[in-house]
Amino acid sequence: MGNENKLSKNFEIEGRDFSKAGTASTKIKEILKEIGIDSSVVRRAAIAAYEAEMNVVMYANKGKLTLIITPEQIHLKLEDKGQGIKDIKLAMQEGFSTATDEMREMGFGAGMGLPNIKRNSDKFEISSTPGQGTSLNIIFYLNHKGKK
Amino acid sequence: MTLREIKELLQAEIIYGENQLEEEIELAGASDLMSDVLAFGQPGILLLTGLTNAQSVRTANISDVKAIVYVRGKKPDKEAIEIAKEKKIPIFSTKFMMYKACGLLYSHGLSGVSELNK
Repeated sequence: MGNENKLSKNFEIEGRDFSKAGTASTKIKEILKEIGIDSSVVRRAAIAAYEAEMNVVMYANKGKLTLIITPEQIHLKLEDKGQGIKDIKLAMQEGFSTATDEMREMGFGAGMGLPNIKRNSDKFEISSTPGQGTSLNIIFYLNHKGKK
Repeated sequence: MTLREIKELLQAEIIYGENQLEEEIELAGASDLMSDVLAFGQPGILLLTGLTNAQSVRTANISDVKAIVYVRGKKPDKEAIEIAKEKKIPIFSTKFMMYKACGLLYSHGLSGVSELNK
C-alpha cells in the first residue's frame, strides 16, 4: 500500500507524570473522530489507548505510542522502557494488580487494564522483557472482521 | 430523563453545562474506580463518582460518558473543569452521598448500566 493511504503519528509518554496522563489517547480519539471512523470503533480504540497509556504512566519510565491508520485497520503500537512484566499470563487476569496507593487514588490499578485492552481490540499481542520494557500491538479492523 | 430532571432530583449545582440541560440520559453508572468505568461503562451514560481529579473527566471523555455528577458535595479540581469545558461534558455536584444519589435516580426510573447487559 502506498504512503498516501497511511496516517502515522507518534506520542511520547512520560512515566509517573500523572498530570498529563491520558492526553495522548485523548488526542488519538480526536484524530479518529475527525477522519470519520465509526463511533463504536473510536470508543474501543480510545479505551484501549487510554489503558495502555495509563500503564506506561503507572509502571514504566517512558513509552512511545504510535497510531497507524490504513484503510483496513487502526494499529496502536506501544513500546515502553521500564520494569516490564514478569508473568504475562498473571497480568492478563482480571483483578491481578501491582498498583500502589498513588495509582489507586487516581482511580486506577484495579487490575483491569490489560484484559480490557484485549477485550476492546480485534487483535492483541503483548511481549515483555523484565527489567527492559513491554511492547503491545493492538489492532482494530475497519471492515467486517472487526467487532461490533 | 433529562439532565435538568437529574439536577433537580439531586438538588445539584451546575459546575459546567448550563446549556445542555435538555440532553437525555438513559443509563447511569456509579464508581470511584476509573478502571471500572472503562471496563463496564456504556456510551452515553451518566457517571456518578467521588473522584474529582482530571482523570475523572479524561476517562469520561474517552468512554463517551455524557455527563458527570460528583457526590458528597465534592467539586472537581480546576484542570478537570477545564477538560469538561473543552470536551463539552456537563458536570454537577450534589451534596448527597453516592448511595442516596443513586437511589434517587434509580427510583425515578433511571436504569443502571448492568440492566443493559441482561
